[in-house]
Amino acid sequence: MSPILFELLLRSIWETVLMTAASGLISLVFGLPLGLALIATERGGIAENLWVNRVLGAVINGFRSVPFIILLVALIPVTRLIVGTSIGTWAAIVPLSIAATPYYARIAEVSLREVDHGLIEAARAMGGNRWTIIREVLVPEALPGIVAGFTVTLVTLVGASAMAGAIGAGGLGDLAIRYGYQRFETSVMIAVVVVLIILVCGIQWVGDRLVARLDRRG
Amino acid sequence: MNQHFTATAEAGSQAPPQDVVRLVDLKRRFGATAALDGISLTVRKGEILGIIGRSGAGKSTLIRCLNGLERPDSGEVFIEGREISRLGERDLQPLRRRIGMIFQHFNLLSAKTVEDNVALPLKIEGRPKAERLARAAELLELVGLSEKAKAYPASLSGGQKQRVGIARALAARPALLLSDEATSALDPETTRSILALLKDINRRLGLTILLITHEMEVIRSIADRVAVIDAGRIVEQGPVWSVFADPHSDITKRLLGTIRPQLPAELSARLLPAAGAETILRIDVAGEAASGPLLSDLATSVPGAFRLVHGGIDHIQQQPVGTLFLSVPGGDAKHLADVIAFLKARQARVEVLGHVADPV
Repeated sequence: MSPILFELLLRSIWETVLMTAASGLISLVFGLPLGLALIATERGGIAENLWVNRVLGAVINGFRSVPFIILLVALIPVTRLIVGTSIGTWAAIVPLSIAATPYYARIAEVSLREVDHGLIEAARAMGGNRWTIIREVLVPEALPGIVAGFTVTLVTLVGASAMAGAIGAGGLGDLAIRYGYQRFETSVMIAVVVVLIILVCGIQWVGDRLVARLDRRG
Repeated sequence: MNQHFTATAEAGSQAPPQDVVRLVDLKRRFGATAALDGISLTVRKGEILGIIGRSGAGKSTLIRCLNGLERPDSGEVFIEGREISRLGERDLQPLRRRIGMIFQHFNLLSAKTVEDNVALPLKIEGRPKAERLARAAELLELVGLSEKAKAYPASLSGGQKQRVGIARALAARPALLLSDEATSALDPETTRSILALLKDINRRLGLTILLITHEMEVIRSIADRVAVIDAGRIVEQGPVWSVFADPHSDITKRLLGTIRPQLPAELSARLLPAAGAETILRIDVAGEAASGPLLSDLATSVPGAFRLVHGGIDHIQQQPVGTLFLSVPGGDAKHLADVIAFLKARQARVEVLGHVADPV
């Protein structure tokens, strides 16, 4: 591999890591509260409101049903509004975050729902309010699942960011298509695949270790 | 409803201060079934009231009405003289801090250490951390788990978990402790130690306890008074020893069947209504009748043989309560009548269960 290609590879790794990390963080910041809102407003939840629950569910399902490559293009006006441009790595972070947030919200919802209802009742019996229940019961008890779900989301984002090349965001996927596939640079293709495998394994390993440390359920 | 000895007159809307809990005509329906069908009940300061009933009798709904986890359809709930059944969630929160609760499945937070679990009610109250940890240490000492302060609940046995649950329930110095089947998930030996702990806390701290259970053994071990609930109604209530000595309702008799002496099955299978070689009597005695030399007096006063088939004397709240099964030779109606008359004169309740053709 030529030094130029090697430099391209390094830059692509950075772009992929940046896209994954930034949109992962945003999906965590918005997806977790969204998951909490889904659990809180459902029937028998701590802030039951079926109307809000249905609307939230429908919006989340709506975003999740659109294929990412279409979302990438459809969201161009939104991206331009937020980032100022519709091209480049930062521009790709907007659609990636918007796709990952409802995805992560559903994963967080599943973990939060698994918290034993008896624990919520115990917190209520102690005189706790909704905020207490969220802070002391729901989030800490679901934390292993919340972290494991975040790991899954990050890995999914690594894959999704490959498509972001379509709007000039760069990244490893873009490199593999343009150099490895279109210019028959097999060494680039192999290098990209190896890097992706290392990246995904690394994320999964860190995630699994963290879950093991957090899980006190015996 | 069958009242034993201490029928309390209940009138007026202001509860006297010595009543920690007073329920007036509580009703709650779930669809077509009435979980609570007009429950009136008083829990006095410092006593242990046991509520017993089969599963589905309405016990859980009842106990959850006391801290507002469940709302009655109608009726009134007074806690320390204050009516709470119409309070909103926000007004219930400070009230719930006056009421500790322990659960069948402990409901400890798995992500928190034992001391943080115990300190949680104080954290909810907004107490400073140093005070919370000092109080948690004090309570863990009380329940005998000081060395487990930094452990996580998953590493504890069932009995230890319930001890943590009890410590947690006491953290905010409640006026009332609610126990929701707290020993139902524990083995008999652990059950005994948890009940002993509750009794000890009741005595030492003067804490009022209301417990629900489906096990008469629990009632016998620690309750001062018992209320029997069936199909959402209280069918019988009174001091434990008197309900045990003289149960009125069928459901109470059935619940007592597991811990009071019963006629051995092989004998009851052979009972005939017609006269046979022997007549089997059931004798229930309590108080003085049970502490005196009843059988030796019977033997000297009424000539003729009798045989003790089964039975025993139990001590409930320091009161002897006994059930004896006697076999008296048949064929002599006068002798049988004399035996029964003698026993009745000694305040014993006598029931002719039947006759057996061939003596064992």
